[in-house]
Formats: sequence, structure tokens, C-alpha cells
Amino acid sequence: MNLVIAFLLVPFAGMLLIPFLKVKGKGILTFALLLVNALISGYLAVQSLIGNDIVFSFPGSFVTGEIPIRIDALSGWFILIISLVFLTGSFYGLFYMKAYKEQKNNLTLHAIAFLFQYTSLVSICVIQNSFAFLLAWEVMALTSFLVIIFDHEHLATIKAGINYLIQAHFSIVFLMIGFIWVASKTGSYDFQSITTYSQSISGPASVMLFLFFFTGFALKAGFVPFHTWLPYAHPAAPSHVSGMMSGVIIKLGIFGIMRMLLVIKTDYITVGYIILILSLVSGLYGVMLAIVQHNLKKLLAYHSIENLGIIGIGIGIGSIGLGTGNQVLATLGFAGALLHTLNHALFKSLLFYTAGNVYLATHTLDIEKLGGLIKKMPQTALLFLVAAIAISGIPPFNGFVSEFIIYSGVYNWLSDASLVSLLLAVSTTSGLAMIGGLAMLCFTKAFGVVFLGSARSELPASCSEVPFAQLIPLYILAGMIIAIGLYPMAFISLLSHPVNLFTGSSGFGLSPAQVNVFKAIQPVSWASWILILLVISIYMIRRFALSHRKITTGATWGCGYEAGTPKIQYTAGSFVRSYSKLFSPFLQIGKHEDEVKGIFPQPAHYHTHPYDKVERWLIDEPLKHNKSFMGRFVFLHNGKLQFYILYGVIFILAVISIPFIYEKVYSFIELLKQL
Amino acid sequence: MLSALLIVIAAIFFTGIIIRTKSLASGRKGPLIMQPVLDVIRLFRKGVVYSETTSFIFQIAPTIYFASVVMALLVVPFGQSSGVLSFNGDFIFFAYVLALGKFFSIIAAMDTGSSFEGMGASREALYSMFAEPAFFILMGSLALLSGHTSFQEIFTALHIGSQISYALAALATFVILMIAMIESSRMPIDDPKTHLELTMIHEVMILDNSGFDLGLIFTAGYLKFAIYGALIVNLFIGVIPYQYAIPSFFAIQFLMAVTIGIIESFMARFRMSHNPQFIVALTSVSLLIFFGVLLILNKFM
Repeated sequence: MNLVIAFLLVPFAGMLLIPFLKVKGKGILTFALLLVNALISGYLAVQSLIGNDIVFSFPGSFVTGEIPIRIDALSGWFILIISLVFLTGSFYGLFYMKAYKEQKNNLTLHAIAFLFQYTSLVSICVIQNSFAFLLAWEVMALTSFLVIIFDHEHLATIKAGINYLIQAHFSIVFLMIGFIWVASKTGSYDFQSITTYSQSISGPASVMLFLFFFTGFALKAGFVPFHTWLPYAHPAAPSHVSGMMSGVIIKLGIFGIMRMLLVIKTDYITVGYIILILSLVSGLYGVMLAIVQHNLKKLLAYHSIENLGIIGIGIGIGSIGLGTGNQVLATLGFAGALLHTLNHALFKSLLFYTAGNVYLATHTLDIEKLGGLIKKMPQTALLFLVAAIAISGIPPFNGFVSEFIIYSGVYNWLSDASLVSLLLAVSTTSGLAMIGGLAMLCFTKAFGVVFLGSARSELPASCSEVPFAQLIPLYILAGMIIAIGLYPMAFISLLSHPVNLFTGSSGFGLSPAQVNVFKAIQPVSWASWILILLVISIYMIRRFALSHRKITTGATWGCGYEAGTPKIQYTAGSFVRSYSKLFSPFLQIGKHEDEVKGIFPQPAHYHTHPYDKVERWLIDEPLKHNKSFMGRFVFLHNGKLQFYILYGVIFILAVISIPFIYEKVYSFIELLKQL
Repeated sequence: MLSALLIVIAAIFFTGIIIRTKSLASGRKGPLIMQPVLDVIRLFRKGVVYSETTSFIFQIAPTIYFASVVMALLVVPFGQSSGVLSFNGDFIFFAYVLALGKFFSIIAAMDTGSSFEGMGASREALYSMFAEPAFFILMGSLALLSGHTSFQEIFTALHIGSQISYALAALATFVILMIAMIESSRMPIDDPKTHLELTMIHEVMILDNSGFDLGLIFTAGYLKFAIYGALIVNLFIGVIPYQYAIPSFFAIQFLMAVTIGIIESFMARFRMSHNPQFIVALTSVSLLIFFGVLLILNKFM
């Protein structure tokens, strides 16, 4: 308990100290305080992961009632992910923010918001009182808003931030409805009362209750069609923040959904179907849109939606496993989802940090302008490559392990008897395969166009590798990506307690069936090892063979054409052109084209602007109608002071007179009734 | 172990047989059956030329591509004898490890900065994405039918009894054959023998590779054919004893090579824009297999 109080006091200490320090000191102090807090919360999280749950409660006030803090294995797992990403992110941020060192006040605000954001995120994982939970949730929404709009001199950043803020509050509305529903029936804010209440009501009602929470959390997680804030907020934020946003904040949505699955006893099969279908749509839609993006960070942001979909597929099949009593299916589903949550946090934050390096070096994120960076920034390129392979779910890295577990879950599900679930299972496998293939298309494009070939526009002369210290957190992340790929068992065994919370086998430790399931992952790591050994040995043979041969260099073979320029390279747009033609029903791509005409042609242009169809139909169109309706009342807003005073007077008169009028009408109706 | 050995032996002759079939069909005598292997051996002895635009990616990519194909080879079983590696879900690993090779061959093509190779890379990425669902649905149906999730257990448990299952095996053969054609970029998806610029996918991606690297890429291509051939063989041999299984392995591989040769001799390449439709049709065929399996298992109640 003392630890928790210390944990809560640390950000306040930061708030008091940071404004009085120099720029360098601000960053270092923020990092140091984060480190302290990460150690505290990490200690508690590890305790809970090895089976020692920590439960106690704050007295709270008469409004909130008792505030129970329960650190169980699920919280522990998410706390560790959050802490890891925040530590690497803030360390990376120390260097990334050097470019902004003139903006002192802005940096102070940023650092303090950052600390409070971390505190609120960890609190969300452990608080089990709905009132306090919503409070922490709100602190998270506001601090995230503050860290996103760091670069607030740009209009686009502010717009993205406000978009985020509004949608974050929509999420809170849904959560509030859910919590108020339960609190009004039971009179308690404790999460345990949600459990008892959901057991007491009928199946459809409990599904309804779950769906309120699910919608709230899905808005945060960015499931399609609740994702529209995400592709704006991620690119607008500074790179270390986008890495965290994508790595951690949207994961809180996942955490919330999983927590609610634990707390609400409901019809898990129906819920599982809903989650599964929505996730499949999110996965496919996310990657489909990611492919056509030309802004590197926006591309990565859409990829977060795809990976959320994969995690959701895991949760969906896990939940179906719970509903049908298929323990193996539930184990595989939840284990896959939890591991993919960690994996995605690792490779996505790594990708955002490398994108940040690219931005620092070239001052642009438009991939059509980049190219050939591998020669200028070899380490960044290599790190990006590792993350790109991992995110495409390709062995021997971590993405494959978690996708493999989810695939195994789906194939295990095939032994289920019902026709509907068979059809769903087969569409899930083909969906997953499709997502994998599309992700490969997307990341070969991103890596190939940004780092390979030669530069497509003039890059700044200062374009070079970032200092090594800045790359340290990136290497740590890459190391973990490789470690999970090669030693998955070490990480999967950590998952036994969180998974056990769901599958609920008696006591601690897994049932024999589950142990076998986990053991089945072992050969995958052997296969990865063999693959790596094979690559190394073939490479050695090749080196040996080439050591006696003549190695010459020359121009790229132009099929007889000698005057090649970087302009004739395949661009990102041309790389995905046949794709975007095929998938045009799902995409919306605006084009601006000046064709080459005449004998002495003028310079020609060709621009494309990918846009989101869901956003258009779900956000823009209703907003437009709303605006045109509201526009009818615009005459009230005429800017003349006299009128505003008049409105005030009318309002006061109305307040006074309405009860009178009501009384008169009432007595008149009474009179009529008597007649 | 046995399967790896057999596949390597089959790979030595496979491409030669295709070329010989094509030669005979066009009224020529044709080169030696062993000629492709001799070509590779000669390539291994040559020096290499690298483009100035390329980076280390270009140099390691052929190695990784080759290693990924060898890795895929290791999980393919032969009848009762499992592959060198065999575990539950090994076919997932099979597909994804091949994807690793593809990933590197695509970025290596992008590394050269050539517009031709970029075009090939773009198409390779797109088409292989379409082939994957077909493979996963096929394996899913077979897993459902047999109740197992590893290559070897699936294939040994496939009891071919009723007429429907013969039809299924035929359809599965078709699907695997077509996946093999897509993966190796042969007719009718792509024509490896046209002039370089017109060869739209695989051959154009490796324009800049030479010497040892090119040898590795060719060898990987030969192996890929034999691997898919071995998968087809596995659909039929089940648990029959080795003295019949091994000859039938070579017979089926031979038949497959001849079939490919005949297809390539008498069919024109599809128009590029028609390829995706063709490949998506493949997914439909594998869905057909899935429904066939449902039929066998009496799931339509």
C-alpha cells in the first residue's frame, strides 16, 4: 500500500520540480521519475504475474465509496507492457525532443502530462471502482490530448488532437452508461457488483451491458468503425508519443474488453461472435487502408488497426472457447491475444521510433519523397526491417509466434461441431492469411520505398544516422522481438496466470490439456533456430565461394537504357497501383492529374489522396447534415450585444413563467376532466 | 529425412523434364534433362556483379530466400515418414517461412532502384497474397477432415474411400498445382521464357542477380516445384509401403513436370489484369473442397 501511495506521489513531485529545471534537466528528471514508478509498478506486476495477487482498498470518500485496488495477473501483464513502452519511449523522447529545445514551457507541459499519463494508465489497470476508474480514464484522455498536441502551432495537429478528445469522450459516455446502469441497480461502484449483477439478469440484458462497455473500449482501441480518430492522432503526435499511443494507449481498450469479459458473466458465445466478426473486419480494413497511405506514420497508424483486429480475433475465439467449454480453444485464444498485445507494443513502437529517426533526418514523412536511406542510416534501416518482418507475422520473429497461436486456436476450433462456427472459422483463417499477405505487401512497400533504391527527391545534406544513444531503446525493443521469436516458451509461461483467470481451472497452474497446448509452441522456436542456422551457414558458404571470385560493381541493369534517373524508380504509388485498382470498392482515393499535353509539354502532376470511406459515411456525412440543420439557427448568433442581453432576459422570463404556465395548463386540463 | 532426400532428387530432374516436354511439343530435341542443374553449377563458379544502387539487403536476400525454401522443404513429410521437422501447425510455418523468402526477394528487387524490378516486386507481393487464403482453406479443410493439424498426420489420416473424397483429392491437386504455378511464376500466371521486360513477375525481379546468388535463386525455384509435387504425392500415397510409395512419388513428380510442360506449350499467358481474378477463383475452388469436407462429415444437418 505504501508503494502505491509512493507511486501516486511521484508525478506530483515531478509537477513541482520540472518547471524549475533547465531543458535538459526536465527530460532527465522525467525519465528518472518514470523509472522509479516503473520499478514500483513493475515489482507489483511481477508479483501478480507469478501468482501473488495484491488486493487492498483505499477508504475513498462518501461519493465514491471504498476504492478497491486489485492487481491480478491481467493487470500485471498490461502494466509490464505499459512500463516497457513508456521507458523506451521517454528515453527515445529525450533525444527526439532536442529539436524543440527552444519551446521551454511547452516542454514542461509535455513532460508533466507524460508523467501523469503513465500514472493514469497504470491506475486504470488496477482500480476496480467504477467512479475512480472513470476519473483515471478521464485523466488519461486529457493527458493524451496534451501530449499529442505538443506541436500545436500546426493546424493539423490541433485538429487531430480535438478529434481525439471528442472521440475519447464518446468512449467515456458509453462507459458511463454501463457503469451507471449497474450502479443504479446495485448501489455499489465496486467491479464485483458488476459480476453479481450480470449473473442476476437475463442473457440478452447482460450481452447488452457488455456491449455498452465494449463500444466504449472499442472506441479507445480503434476497432472499425470506431477507428477514425486514430489515423489522425498518431501522425500528429511527436514520434515517441505516437509509439506509445499505438503501443499502449489503444491497448487499454483491449485491456478494458478483457477485464469486462472477466467481470461480466454473460453469454460468451454471442459476445465472442460479435468480437470476432468486428475484429476480422478491423484487421482487413486496417491493412487495406494502410497500404495506400503515403505518410509513413499514417501507414503505421492504420496498421495498428489491423493488429488490433488480430488481437481481437484472439479474444473472440477465446471467448467462444469459454462459452462452449472448450478449454484448449479459450487458452489458445487468450494466450494469442495477450502475447500479440505485447508483440504489437514492441514492433509498433519500434516502427514509430524509426519513423521518428527518418523524420529527424529528412524532415518529411511523405514516403514518395524518400528513398535510399539505408546507405545514410543503416542502423535505423535494419531496425525498421526487423520490425517490418515481425509485424508481417513472418518467422523467426515474435509476430509469427502470436499469430501461430491464434491460427492454432482457429484450427482447433474446427473440431467444433456447429456449421455456423465452421464457416466463421474458415473465414477467419482465410482472413488471417489475407491480412498476413496484405501486411507483407504494405511493409515491402514501406521498407522498399523509404530505405532502398535511391532518393526520390533531394534530401537535406545533414541527413545521417542519429546518435547511438538514441538507438539504444530501439535496440532493446528489437532484442525483445528476436527473443520472443526464439524463446517463446519463456514468455508464454508468464502468460499462464493471466490466461488462467479466464479459463478458470481450479487453483493455480494450468490443466494438463493447457500445458500440452503451450508445449506445442516449442517446436516453432526450434524451427526458427534451424532457420537462422541455415541462413548463417549458407551465407558462410557463399562468402567462402565468393572469396576467390571477381566481384564487380556497375549500374543497375536498365534493359539497354543507359540514362536512368531516380525518377524512373517504382514509387510507393506505383508499387500498390494494381492493388488499389483491385480493391477500389473499399478505398476512396482522390486524384489530381495534369496530363502531359502538346508538343512542348508543361510539367505534369499526379497526386492521390487516400481517404477513409468509413470516416466519410460515419463521421463526415452526419456532421454535414448536423451542421446544415444547426445552420438554420445561425441568425441568433448575430454578434450584437443587445440581442444577447435580450436572449438573457427571455431566458430569465421563461424560467420564471414556465412553472406558472404549467400550473395554469394543468388546472385547465383538470377542469376539462371534471367537465 | 526420406522426404527431403526424395524432394532433392526430384528437384534435380524436374525443371529439365519441363524443358524437355516443351521442346518435344514444339518439335525440337531440347537440352539435356540435367541442363538446368549444370547451369546452376556453372553459376556457382562465376563471379558476381552488384549494382551501385544496392545495399547489403541485395546481397543477403538470395541466401535468405534459398534458406526459406530449404526450411519449407524440411517440414514436408513423405507418407508415413514425417519431415525432418514435424509439429502441430507445421503447415502454417510452411506458408509463413516461404513468405519470409518472398519478403526478401521483393525488397531485394526494390533495392536495385530499377523500374522493371519494382514492377515485378509489386506483382509478386500482390499475387502471393491472393494465393495464401487458398492454401489455408485447403489445409483447414484437410485438417477438419482428418482431425489433425500437422502435415504428416493429416496426410496419413486421409482415407480415400468414397467418391467424394476422390473428387476432393483431385480438386486439392488442382489447387496445389496452381499454387505451385503462382509461387514459381510459371504459365499461365507469368511466362518465364519471354524477353526479360515482358516477363512480368519473377524473372524480372532477379534481373540484377548474378553468379552465386542467381544460382541460389534458381536452385530454390527447382526445389519449390519438387516441394509442391511432394505435397500432391502425399495426397495420394497415405500409408502404403515404401516399395510402392517411392516409385509412385517419382511417377507423380514426373507426371506433374510433364503436365506443366504441356500447359506451358499449349497455353498463352493470361493478361496481367486477369491474373487476380484467376487467383481468386482458386480460393473458390478451395472453398469447394471445404464444402465437400462438410458434406463428407455430414455437417449439413
